[in-house]
Order: sequence, then C-alpha cells, then structure tokens
Amino acid sequence: MYFNCIFNFKKISLSAVFALFFAFFTLQAQAQDSIDSASSVEKMVVKEDHPEHHEEKFDPTVTILEHISDTHDWHLWGHTSIHLPVILYTPAGLEFFSSGNFLNEHHESVDYTGKYNTYRNEEEHIRVIGADGKVDEQASAKVIDFSITKNVAALFIAVFIILVMFIGVAKTYKKRVGKAPKGFQSVVEPFIVFVRDDIARPNIGYKYERFMPLLLTIFFFIWINNLLGLIPIFPGGANVTGNIAVTFVLSAMVLIVVNVKGNKYYWSHIFKPDVPFWLLPIMWVVEIIGIISKPFALMIRLFANITAGHIIVLSLISLIFIFKTLAIAPVSIAFVLFMDVLELLVAFLQAFIFTMLTALFIGSAVEEHH
Amino acid sequence: MELVTPSIGLVFWTVIAFLFLLLLLKKFAWSPILNLIHDRERSIESALTAAENAKDELKRLTNENEQLLKEARAERDLILKEARELKEQIVNDAKKTAQVEGAKMIAKAKQEINSQKAAALDEVKNQVSHLSLAIAERVLRKEFSDKAKQEELVSDLIKEVKLN
Repeated sequence: MYFNCIFNFKKISLSAVFALFFAFFTLQAQAQDSIDSASSVEKMVVKEDHPEHHEEKFDPTVTILEHISDTHDWHLWGHTSIHLPVILYTPAGLEFFSSGNFLNEHHESVDYTGKYNTYRNEEEHIRVIGADGKVDEQASAKVIDFSITKNVAALFIAVFIILVMFIGVAKTYKKRVGKAPKGFQSVVEPFIVFVRDDIARPNIGYKYERFMPLLLTIFFFIWINNLLGLIPIFPGGANVTGNIAVTFVLSAMVLIVVNVKGNKYYWSHIFKPDVPFWLLPIMWVVEIIGIISKPFALMIRLFANITAGHIIVLSLISLIFIFKTLAIAPVSIAFVLFMDVLELLVAFLQAFIFTMLTALFIGSAVEEHH
Repeated sequence: MELVTPSIGLVFWTVIAFLFLLLLLKKFAWSPILNLIHDRERSIESALTAAENAKDELKRLTNENEQLLKEARAERDLILKEARELKEQIVNDAKKTAQVEGAKMIAKAKQEINSQKAAALDEVKNQVSHLSLAIAERVLRKEFSDKAKQEELVSDLIKEVKLN
C-alpha cells in the first residue's frame, strides 16, 4: 500500500526512541511482592514504605497532588517504574545519576551519595544531606535540579511525536504537489488551515505569514501535550501542559515575541497614550502591567484548565478508594468517561484559545496606525 | 504553593524542547506545508477562474453560433423567397409573352386570312368579269346578228342615258 513506507518509518523510529529510552534510563522491573500488595487499594496508598499488612489511611489530596505534580521516576505499575536520570548543578560540578538510587531493593527511600554530596529525595525535591544526617538547607539552595523528570521526559516524547507527525506530513506534501490531501495529511490539513484562516489571518492581518510557524507550533504543542496528558498510561499521563513551568515558558515566548515584534505604534500607545500629561506616569504603570498581565493570564489559564481537568478525573477515581467499595466504581467510571470526553474538548479548546490570544496580542503589536 | 512554583529544571528543558521543536518544524514542516498549501490553493483558484472563463467563452461561442445559424436561416429563407418570386415572375412573364405572341400570331393569321380572302375575292371577281365578258361576247355576237334588235338596244341605252 501507499502508506506502508510512512507507517514503517514511524514504527521504526518509534521503536528506536523507546529503545533509546530504555537504554538511557534504568528500568527496574522487580518481581512484585505477591503477598499483600495485591489489593489495588494499597497500591494507591500514599507511601508504601511499610510492607506490613495493615491498610493505611487513603488521603486523596496527597494522591492527586502527587499525580499532577512532577516526579523523578515514571511510575508504570505496581513497583515498576522508569527511573529517570537526575542531573544536578552544584557549585562543585554536575551530578548525574539515576533516580533509582533513591530506592533500595525494598522500595524504601534511601539517601544517595554522589560525587560531591549526599542527596535525599524529599517529596521530589532533591536535598543535600549534611554530615549530621540532616538536610543542609544552605547547600540545598545552591543545588539546581536539571533532572529529566517525568514531565521533561513526557515533553521530549511529545516533541518527538510532533516532529515525526509533521515532518512525515511535510514529506507527503512534497510527494503530492498540487494533488488533494490524502491519509493523515488530510487529517492535519484542516487544522493547519484553521490556524491560518481563523486564528492568524483575522487577528494579525496581512503580516500573518511571519508568525505562522510560531502559532502552529504553539497550537500543536499544546494540543498534543494536552491529549497525551489524558492518556493514563505510559507514554501519556504526565501533566505537562498543566505544569506552571511549561505554561510559563510558553507565555514567556509570547511575551518576548509580542514585545520584540511590536512596532512604533505599539510602543507609542504604551508610552505616549492620548491622555493629559499628568496622567502619563499612571498610564505607564498601567500599560506595563498590561504587557505582563496578558501573557500571565495565558499562563494561568492553560495551567488551571488542564490541572483542574486532571484533578477532577483523579477525584472521581479516588471515590472508589474513599468509599472502599467496588459498587461505586461504575458511577466513577461513568463520570470519568464523561469528564474525559469533556477534557478532549478542553484539550482542543485550550490549544485554540492560547493560539488565538497569542495571535491577538501579536496582531495588536504589529498593527499599523489606525 | 508547590503547584504554582515553576521549577527551574523544567523551565530550562521546556525552553530547549520548545525552541528545538519550533526551529525544526519551521524548517522541515511548516514552511513546505504552508507553501504547498498556498500553491495548491492558488492553482485551484486559477483553475476555477480558467474554468469560468472557458464557460464564458463557450457561452459566447454558442451564442455566436446561434446567431450565425439564425442569420444563415434568415438568408436561406430570403433566398428561397426570392427564388420563388423569381419563378413566379418568370412564369408570369412567360405567360404574358405567350399571350402577346399568341395574340400577335392570331392577328397575323387574321390579316393573312383577310388578305387571302381579298385575293380570292379579287380572283373570283376577275373570273366573274372574264366569264361575264365571255358570256357577254357570246350574247352580243348572237344578239348583233339581228339588226332590228341592235337598234332596239341602242335606243334603250340612249333612253337610259339621261342628260343631266
């Protein structure tokens, strides 16, 4: 068939990236303790430090926050997780080791002594341990964590997927010049044309072409990350676009692009607005707050929407463990299904809104005097 | 607070990943895709315009053809009409000529007949006069053998002559 080459290409590169992943990170797949971790209730408990057979109190808040925040290893199932690399910048030099070193063979938290310091994983914050066995706050403050965390790994996977998708589509385009779109190309084309005709062109005007790559990248980056976040199993499940750092970077990009590309009308509107001169200092303050607050709103909106969706889904699942009965499961599942469908819409909607507002801000920065 | 504090590591990797994605996609995906979509749209647009033009042209040609056909038909009708008129005229002329000719011939024939008649009558008159002269000669010869009768005749003739 016609698509075989593309399909094979994708399959090969996909398996290549996974092979790379597994070679790069240490997968510690240990035999599950078949004694008492069989009940799923216990799998969901917050800390599995105590192998003794007694049920711990289930705290949904901790569980949910744990699921939506960043971690140093990627939990797959039971005691199996991918131990992602920890990269620490310390005043003495770079530390590079696997996060599996923070667990001993009984899955208990232990300290790890690296090249320069001893480290402890304290609720996913890497802290330096002093000679007395306590956290050395001063030294910890100097250590910057550049680890490939779960979110970073998910980010890389998403970037890889996007690259494969669109470079593949671009190849199809080059192969079928002047012909009607076919296959995956015809799935993607409406969205590209949508971004161009309904987001970029109406908001930016005739200068839209320069900003198309940025808008398209933002749109598909957010959308695909949102969708991957909805998949509960590896390689999805990370809360990438629901992480404030990611949305912070995206909105910072928007802030930079808008202000770098802003023309003299944009700046004169900020520094010489049409008001009495004694109001100018107030206007400057207001306008500068405006410059910051627009991307800030973008950052908060995306973060809050995606995180909220994850929290709702996790809360509904937590109901089963709160009530400790399977009877509630069908209700939970029904609601989760509903929420997931809603989240599919939100995933698209947030990507659209982010891109739309970016286009709007760029449009107001590059528009000619009216 | 933990949730809304961006961690430096993730910020760093996101910047790298996003810029990497942006540059690669710009070079290898967005530029070719957007250009090719644009080209395709332009070619579709020009094809549509061309089709529209061709349609107009066809319409114009059809109209022209129809016009030509109409004109040709009108001309044919005209020619036929003229031919018919000509035919009529020729027939009429022929008839008229025939009539005139006939009348002329009749007149000539009449004249001929008349002249022939006159000639015949003259002939008859001559014959009659000759005959009557011959008869009169014979009668006279016989009559004038008798003297008495001659005198009587002369006297009769004299009587007949009146001196007025």
